Amino acid sequence: MAHSGRRDSPELPDFSLLKRLARDQLIYLLEQQHEVDKLYKVEYKPVFSTSDQLCFLIRPRIQAVKWIYVANADKAAGKFRRYKIIFTPQKFYACEAVLEEQGIFGDVTTDEWAFYLLPLDDDIISLELPEFFRDNFLAGDQRWVRTAGSALHLLHSLYGPFSKIYGIGRCSKMAYESWREQVEEGEQRSRQAEIGKVFLIDRDVDFVTPLCSQVVYEGLVDDIFRIKCGCVEFGPDVTSSDKGIKVMLNSQDKVFHEIRNEHFSNVFGFLSQKARNLQAAYDKRRGMDIKQMKTFVSEELKGLKQEHRLLSLHIGASESIMKKKTKQDFQELLKTEHSLLEGFEIRECFSFIEEHINRQVSMIESLRLLCLLSITENGESSLFKCCVKNSYGVDHLLTFANLRQLGLLVEQQPGETLTVMESKVGKLVNDKTAGKLTDAFSSLAKKSNFRALSRKLNLVPKSDEEYDLRVPRDMAYIFSGAYIPLSCKLVEQVLERDGWTGLEEVTRLLNGHEFSVTGKTTNSSAKNDGQRIILVMFLGGCTFSEISALRFLGRERGYKFIIVTTAITNSSRLMEALLENRV
Amino acid sequence: MSFVTANWNPLGEAFYRKIELYDMCWDLKDALRDCLLAAAPYGGPIALLRNPHRRSPSSRPQLEIYSASGVAIASFPWKSGPVVHLGWTVTDELLCIQEDGSVLIYDMFGSFKRHFSMGQEVVQSQVLEAKVFHSPYGTGIAIVTGSSRFTLATNIDELKLRRLPEVPVLQGKPSCWVVLTQDRQTKVLLSNGPELYILDNTSCTAVSPPGLSPQAGSIVHMSVSFSYKYLALFTDTGHLWTGSSQLQDKLSEIDTKKSLPPKQMVWCRRPKSQQPSVVLMWDRLLMVAGCLLVGELDGVRIISSTSQELLQEVPLVCQDIFKIASMAPGALLLEAHREYEVRTLPEGDQGAKHGETTLIWHIAASFGKCFLTDFSPDQFVSTCRELRVLNAVRESSVGLPLTHAQFKQMTLQVLIDRLVYRQFYPLAIEICRYLKIPDYQGVSRVLKHWASCKVQQKDLSDEAIAQAVCVKVGDSPGVSYSHIAAKAYECGRTELAIKLLDFEPRPPPVCQAGDITPLTSCVSVYTVVTYLKNEMNRGDFFMTLRNQPVALCLYRQFCKLQEQETLKDLYNQDDDHQELANYYVAASYREKRLDSRLSLLQGAVDEYNKAKNEFAVKATEDEMRLLRFQRKLDDEKGAGLLGLSLQATMEALLALGLHKQAEQLYRDFRVPDKRYWWLKLKSLAEKEEWEELEKFSKSKKSPIGYLPFVEVCMKSNNKYEARKYVSKVTPEQKVRAHLAISDLEGAADAAIERKNESDVGAVLARCAGVCRDTSDM
Repeated sequence: MAHSGRRDSPELPDFSLLKRLARDQLIYLLEQQHEVDKLYKVEYKPVFSTSDQLCFLIRPRIQAVKWIYVANADKAAGKFRRYKIIFTPQKFYACEAVLEEQGIFGDVTTDEWAFYLLPLDDDIISLELPEFFRDNFLAGDQRWVRTAGSALHLLHSLYGPFSKIYGIGRCSKMAYESWREQVEEGEQRSRQAEIGKVFLIDRDVDFVTPLCSQVVYEGLVDDIFRIKCGCVEFGPDVTSSDKGIKVMLNSQDKVFHEIRNEHFSNVFGFLSQKARNLQAAYDKRRGMDIKQMKTFVSEELKGLKQEHRLLSLHIGASESIMKKKTKQDFQELLKTEHSLLEGFEIRECFSFIEEHINRQVSMIESLRLLCLLSITENGESSLFKCCVKNSYGVDHLLTFANLRQLGLLVEQQPGETLTVMESKVGKLVNDKTAGKLTDAFSSLAKKSNFRALSRKLNLVPKSDEEYDLRVPRDMAYIFSGAYIPLSCKLVEQVLERDGWTGLEEVTRLLNGHEFSVTGKTTNSSAKNDGQRIILVMFLGGCTFSEISALRFLGRERGYKFIIVTTAITNSSRLMEALLENRV
Repeated sequence: MSFVTANWNPLGEAFYRKIELYDMCWDLKDALRDCLLAAAPYGGPIALLRNPHRRSPSSRPQLEIYSASGVAIASFPWKSGPVVHLGWTVTDELLCIQEDGSVLIYDMFGSFKRHFSMGQEVVQSQVLEAKVFHSPYGTGIAIVTGSSRFTLATNIDELKLRRLPEVPVLQGKPSCWVVLTQDRQTKVLLSNGPELYILDNTSCTAVSPPGLSPQAGSIVHMSVSFSYKYLALFTDTGHLWTGSSQLQDKLSEIDTKKSLPPKQMVWCRRPKSQQPSVVLMWDRLLMVAGCLLVGELDGVRIISSTSQELLQEVPLVCQDIFKIASMAPGALLLEAHREYEVRTLPEGDQGAKHGETTLIWHIAASFGKCFLTDFSPDQFVSTCRELRVLNAVRESSVGLPLTHAQFKQMTLQVLIDRLVYRQFYPLAIEICRYLKIPDYQGVSRVLKHWASCKVQQKDLSDEAIAQAVCVKVGDSPGVSYSHIAAKAYECGRTELAIKLLDFEPRPPPVCQAGDITPLTSCVSVYTVVTYLKNEMNRGDFFMTLRNQPVALCLYRQFCKLQEQETLKDLYNQDDDHQELANYYVAASYREKRLDSRLSLLQGAVDEYNKAKNEFAVKATEDEMRLLRFQRKLDDEKGAGLLGLSLQATMEALLALGLHKQAEQLYRDFRVPDKRYWWLKLKSLAEKEEWEELEKFSKSKKSPIGYLPFVEVCMKSNNKYEARKYVSKVTPEQKVRAHLAISDLEGAADAAIERKNESDVGAVLARCAGVCRDTSDM
């Protein structure tokens, strides 16, 4: 079932170099501290240690720095130790200012560990900065932009030079500029490019895609079990034993590698086929003579055993997902989402969401649906208001403010005039007809960017044809054929056109900030394999579904995509990042 | 080297030795005779004022400052009034006490620091005598005025003048007096003829030293020891009495057979020594005329116009080692080492060349160390290092003669400070490195001082200074360029300050002057913001931020974590009522007490009103109402509701069986019917109150239909109850209802009745599922 793709697809560069570089630097930094005695997690509590020097390895966040108050406690206790704070990937002056304010700046030495990129898989590199999204898009704090630029610079200096850079979004543009500056500062080396083109995209260009429920296997696993740093913890219900298990999910896992990009409806069929194959392989040993048996045991059995283990694990996971997702609720949820994306039967969607809120199933889910409704229908507020007022507490007034700021949940502007009209009409006719009229009015009033974009880019395939999920024909398969993710579609279009020409209308709808720059390539042999390796950088996170879609695109077009993201995200993470909790 | 003991003189049970410290570098000849002199303890600088009493304006007295080794540091003509006394503070600042009671303070390079007065009345009565004394509180001054009154200042850095009570019989100045510090009190001991008085804050008490023979005569000189523990009195009949300064014990009484009072009398004792002794100095008699005795912690420095010597009791360990025929372990060790060397190193050892007793010792000790396996070498090593440091600072060019005991008392930190103060930066850095002091305590500190001093050099160009500072300081930890720049800015060198700040990515101090242009050019906005925050007044700062949206965002972010209050001010200034209201809401969560929480929410309501956000006003008011309601119920029923959302409150109430109250909330807050029905439905099913549920279903027409009833019952696996509601379900949902209770036949019937394809499909799909299940079995 795994798609063979085109024969000539290029080889991916080796990213383990990134890990090695980072590790070496950390070792170098720690060696200056002599031996490391013990590792602690930085928390808001004192560190009990007899060593006379402490070394902290933290993200440059004010919160984290505030936790390092041990030095102060030591000072009060008249103890003198050496303190070192290693900020990764870089230090910020605000953190040092906090140290200064606490009066321990002089006692502490600081260092930077330039660990920008963590390769999660052959083609996924993460900055592991989930805070990027909130800090940058909500708080308007641009400090991470330079971090993104530096990450790009690192990739450029190791695998570049890039022949072409495209991008869309404010943050992308700034990250590009920051990278440009760093390139100009540094020296240029001419070498064989391993990465040809780069595409930068802001998360706020496309909020719709991450808000949708994921139905591709890897995405589903992330939605349900939460993949952290390429590692997932399966509970006892998956392992069918009394202990949970931590598993690395990447292309090393042969079973996972073959199903990760599949629509969930295909996964079971594939897994049972696999199980049969496995059984057949085991069965081979029947009727073997001793010598054959010996080779079988020494050569094949270990591989089979491992495959067996992985297979049973993924079958367990799939069963657990089935249990949770094949209920009627989930089907209706998907139906609602698809209706919203298509823009049909909005009334039904509305009442479904209302019921969802009324039943208090899950606040995050409700918020997600509301946002999806708001974006696709260009504004919504009445439901949210009742949501805030009665269900989730007044503190979500602030959440509301956050969502509004990002444009995820906007109050309907023309709605006011609409109600005025409605009340006027309502006086004339009876209730029933008024309801119908309202519907008519609302469909007139709603002029959504998403709708326009969807039409322009053909994001929603025609629904009258049957979509065979086994043989996907476009990227829409990742959402059961209902929707082609906007972000991936943009990538496709821009690569096809080699720039933004012809997409002027689209970029206007996306608020502009698009760019496309031709790099200074010394050997412009466009034919070399590297030119078909394309780095897509998501600023603010990307979902596994998008990655699957891009992998699909790559197979179709003979590209190889490398996804660089500030973090892997999904709908719940997106929502949680914007919550304003009573903490 | 066997001559170590050559300069030892026995006195009583102890030995005293006199060590030559320096041949003084100065060229003074007899000048010490008629001038005011002051030498600071711990090898401090020496000040002298020549011809202090010559008052003609044509020849002003000359004030000269020398290092302890006699190297001239400063010299300038004295232009102020007549000086009565000179003294040094603990921080090596020179105090010049004038006749009119004003005290001028100079640093050791002769530059004027500040001045203060010892009181208005002194201007009239004039200072007759003054004394500078040191106590744990710092450096103090005591004066006696022409009206025979004493005034004390215990610490000149925190000046508090104390006028001591009158001494009844005293006319003019007393024959002699000293300042004592005892029991955290500073007192004056004075003699008037044969009588002795103690003067403290409130009273004047007559005392008599125990065992002083009555015929001893009147007291003409007295001296108190370095530690204020011992007192020596000298009478006009030549009797010397020594005893405790509490005047309770007598140590000795000696008839010196000298009728002249000594010019100076100083205690010479070693801490912990059993045998304190007094050094007396008479003009032209005991020593060379015109010299100065300086009492130290463990000895007396004798400064003459040509040389400087240290007189001290020989430390016990030294006595043990070098005494004739001593059998102490140290002595044996030394002897063994000597023997060893004679055999192996005929050309003699290092120590002999240096002529340094201490070195011999340590070579011997290191020799001995080899035979001691279980002795930790740490102490030996550190002592060796310290002694080398002391030798280095004793160098004539540096001129800090310190004994090891003094060094220990004064601590390394202070020694380095003193070196820094004397501008021996390279030496200080060398010492820091040699003694392996952590950078931020040692080298960095020295560098900071050096740089701060460097920027004040007027003869160098900004560029040159900035370059020099950058090269030297580099990026040593703990050295803040902004500190150095601030110093430069203080001296009016703005350009230099800017240059310096360029080294540290901090904003130029031009910002201090309120100039905001650099904001745009600065690399890190964050830095500028944090810096400006501290430097500008708040209003200006906020106004500046207003024009810098990026900076404003960052600052808000910072405030959210660090300074909530500031955030409020910020919004206030911008009249951002919406954000201000949000701020109040956020603050209310953090508040534990209900009253304050309510008042914060009220604040939010006011602001939302101003922002014309009616919805938010309503929501907040509801929240307040809810909080009050919860409080009431908590008080009455102990329900523990406070802080829950409305939904959660109703849920809790229903769970507790408080249906009436839940109902009340439902009505008061106009909860949508549908939601309330869902809530109640779930709650009843959860508690399995089936009768109640049935009653509820019949109370009125369900706004959510009856399918949920079926589903909820099935969730609790109660098919029997679920069946009851199937008939009530609307025709459209009938199939689903039947399917929910696994009634396939009923579902099929309903589907056929409805003639709906998708319904039939759903039933068929279920049937297929069942068939597969059964076939699997």
